[in-house]
Amino acid sequence: MDIQVRVWRQTDSSDKGRMVTYDVKDISPDASFLEMLDVLNEKLILDGDDPVAFDHDCREGICGACSMVIDGVAHGPERATTTCQLHMRHFKNGDVIDVEPWRAAAFPVIKDLVVDRTAFDKIIQAGGYITAPTGAAPEAHATPVPKKDADLAFEAATCIGCGACVAACPNGSAMLFTAAKVAHLGLVPQGQPERDTRVLDMLQAQDDAGFGGCTNMGECTTVCPKGIPLTLIGRLNSDYRKALRNSNS
Amino acid sequence: MTDFWNDGDPIADTAAPDGPIETRWERRKFSAKLVNPANRRKLTVIVVGTGLAGGSAAATLAEAGYHVKSYCYQDSPRRAHSIAAQGGINAAKNYRNDGDSIYRLFYDTVKGGDFRARESNVYRLASVSVNIIDQCVAQGVPFAREYGGLLDNRSFGGTQVSRTFYARGQTGQQLLLGAYQAMERQIGLGNIEMNARHEMLELIVVDGKARGIVVRDMVTGEITTEMADAVVLASGGYGNVFFLSTNAKGCNVTASWRAHRKGALFANPCYTQIHPTCIPESGTHQSKLTLMSESLRNDGRVWVPRAAGDSRKPGDIPEDERDYYLERIYPSFGNLVPRDIASRAAKNVCDEGRGVGPGGLGVYLDFADAIARLGQKAVEAKYGNLFEMYERITGENPYQVPMRIYPAVHYTMGGLWVDYDLQSTIPGLFVVGEANFSDHGANRLGASALMQGLGDGYFVLPTTLGNYLASGPYEKISPDHEEVVAARQAVEDRIAKFLSIDGDRTVDSFHRELGHIMWEYCGMERTEEGLTKAIGLIRALKDEFWQRVKVPGTGEQLNQNLEKAGRVADFFELGELMCIDALHRRESCGGHFRAESQTPDGEALRHDDEFAYAAAWEYFGADQKPTLHKEQLEFEYVHPSTRSYK
Repeated sequence: MDIQVRVWRQTDSSDKGRMVTYDVKDISPDASFLEMLDVLNEKLILDGDDPVAFDHDCREGICGACSMVIDGVAHGPERATTTCQLHMRHFKNGDVIDVEPWRAAAFPVIKDLVVDRTAFDKIIQAGGYITAPTGAAPEAHATPVPKKDADLAFEAATCIGCGACVAACPNGSAMLFTAAKVAHLGLVPQGQPERDTRVLDMLQAQDDAGFGGCTNMGECTTVCPKGIPLTLIGRLNSDYRKALRNSNS
Repeated sequence: MTDFWNDGDPIADTAAPDGPIETRWERRKFSAKLVNPANRRKLTVIVVGTGLAGGSAAATLAEAGYHVKSYCYQDSPRRAHSIAAQGGINAAKNYRNDGDSIYRLFYDTVKGGDFRARESNVYRLASVSVNIIDQCVAQGVPFAREYGGLLDNRSFGGTQVSRTFYARGQTGQQLLLGAYQAMERQIGLGNIEMNARHEMLELIVVDGKARGIVVRDMVTGEITTEMADAVVLASGGYGNVFFLSTNAKGCNVTASWRAHRKGALFANPCYTQIHPTCIPESGTHQSKLTLMSESLRNDGRVWVPRAAGDSRKPGDIPEDERDYYLERIYPSFGNLVPRDIASRAAKNVCDEGRGVGPGGLGVYLDFADAIARLGQKAVEAKYGNLFEMYERITGENPYQVPMRIYPAVHYTMGGLWVDYDLQSTIPGLFVVGEANFSDHGANRLGASALMQGLGDGYFVLPTTLGNYLASGPYEKISPDHEEVVAARQAVEDRIAKFLSIDGDRTVDSFHRELGHIMWEYCGMERTEEGLTKAIGLIRALKDEFWQRVKVPGTGEQLNQNLEKAGRVADFFELGELMCIDALHRRESCGGHFRAESQTPDGEALRHDDEFAYAAAWEYFGADQKPTLHKEQLEFEYVHPSTRSYK
């Protein structure tokens, strides 16, 4: 199939940036979206142009590196799908496809489609862990975990940290990302001692990193490639209120 | 001496204690020198790579009080390719009361490695496996659990006990996030200095000791020299030499190869694992291959049509015209034979013209029986995300039609040679995880890579590295030291060279061609003739690369093609060494199958009298013959026998 892509080109963080149109011909419907961009880049290089920079690594939907807004939707039109797992069979011959980077104040553009997501790491640093220095762990079966809690903790823990939730949010909020980690660690018994400080510190770090506030728009969960549910934000709010109450008493 | 290599002196592992294997690690821990906690903060350790091995090592060393500098090429340490491991992690907990023990895990791993691994290392790995599970649970890793709240287990290829712990099909992700979170905690505390989007391009050796690295900031292009008291490489495997593999696109051998060029021996490079259950190629645009967890073989049945050239749809082929060839050839292990055996069997049936799907390069993995027996819901609970992934990539629904699978390069057992302390032949350079060669011999069993990565990082390295650091702090090295200046200059010259060639072929076109040569001649089946031919082809292609490659842009910016050029240049040299290693090993063992060395019924034939050693290669220059040093392997406990899974 033959398509056109209109790609955001920006040489570095100080450049203003612009959309540039390219023809991409003879693409197999079985190619992934990133493989289509590989084909484009091979041509650009041989034509003496600068290839399009984009983040990608595992190309199997788990590392969270790939990050493109495709036709205005983070990770493109398919539900619960990362860009690398989006295949060209979902587009039609002759389509014109817009490709842009994540747009959020906390994720500045580095080049073309590559953005800086270290703000996510900062949120984790603030409390997205259980303090368990190596060697101090008790026998794994010492503390049974109800299957229901373990399963829910797992669902929350499947977040890949790609940042689509932030890109989709009109406020540029990271609330779904933070909520997923707060839920994961708050659902297992090992996570209880730090439950209050975790939610307080992570939310503070989120504000400090320049993410916007959450107004429950729900765009985040709609684009989330792992389907992290919006209800986790309710859980986070509940944990937050409890933590505030406990810290005031 | 031969046309391709020189023979050198033997090499020995002098770090492992003698005596009863059960207590070797305890005795090594006791004999290891300790570093006073007050002195630890004066010692700096560089860790390259943030996967399970590097992440767990960095976190643990920082917790212990060392100053850690960590580097990864990804934009966050959480993205290292350990994240993609699906199936699980082995541990000898014997929670199933099915006869498992540390000794059995040790035995299975030595046997699974086709008697080409070091017994001392493997026993230690089996014994720390139980601590790994405890550690991960304490970190909040959400392993699968049973209704009583206890941990669930599944079985995996190459074993007859259930000892694999898992988190749906995302075990690697959950374990890595545990290590990543422990790391981030230490970054927040200021104990780890994290450098994401940085690539190690050279090792700095001063007075025979590893003392630092040269790195490139991949955003600004700035080249800096980073000094330390010791350097740890946790930079993963080299499967991407094949271009198409299940590795992430960025996985590369450069950190290891730069160390090899500086004197670290590289062991058993030809031992590569071809994973039997991957999604077949769909066309020339293919940029990587995707693995479907081997755990699928617990419930899926592998088959092809009985007759060659049968092009009917799978549902139209009656039961008696199907060949469930693994169950037929290996009745006692059936679909759960080890990976190398399953891969070669798939190749054989495809070579007979019985392959399915485009190009006839595929076999069916059929869940119809499991769905009939357990119900779709139960199958979905176990493998739901894998089925979804398959459908997303192929557009086919595996609940309705059998999956099509084909082998693909997945893991590399070879790597930098290390002793029992995980120290390379360069003092102060330690190597952990897939980057070293130590524990899997000629073939790795499923769910053992995660075990080794975390075992090395959480439990082994912190002890053995401490022993080395106890003799420090080492003399401070000035940035003007001639070795530092030379290493930095070498990096700058190489980058300038790539950018100046301005040829007419892209880096990827060379990488793809190299991968094709490797797959064709150094893949599932190797011959003397093919390997000799491959060496000539690789050399010619390497020369062409240095004449005709086109790298756009400059060195002072984010330049993904410049990054790739450096990695592919190193893959050329590695690829040649892999072929030489494969050529010299005139036997079949594990992932290395030499067509000249097989039993009358086509099984791998080892030659223990000649080849029961690890081949450690020394580098003398890009156009010089490497020198072979043999480490003789002693089998005091698990006596070499012919692996039989029939």
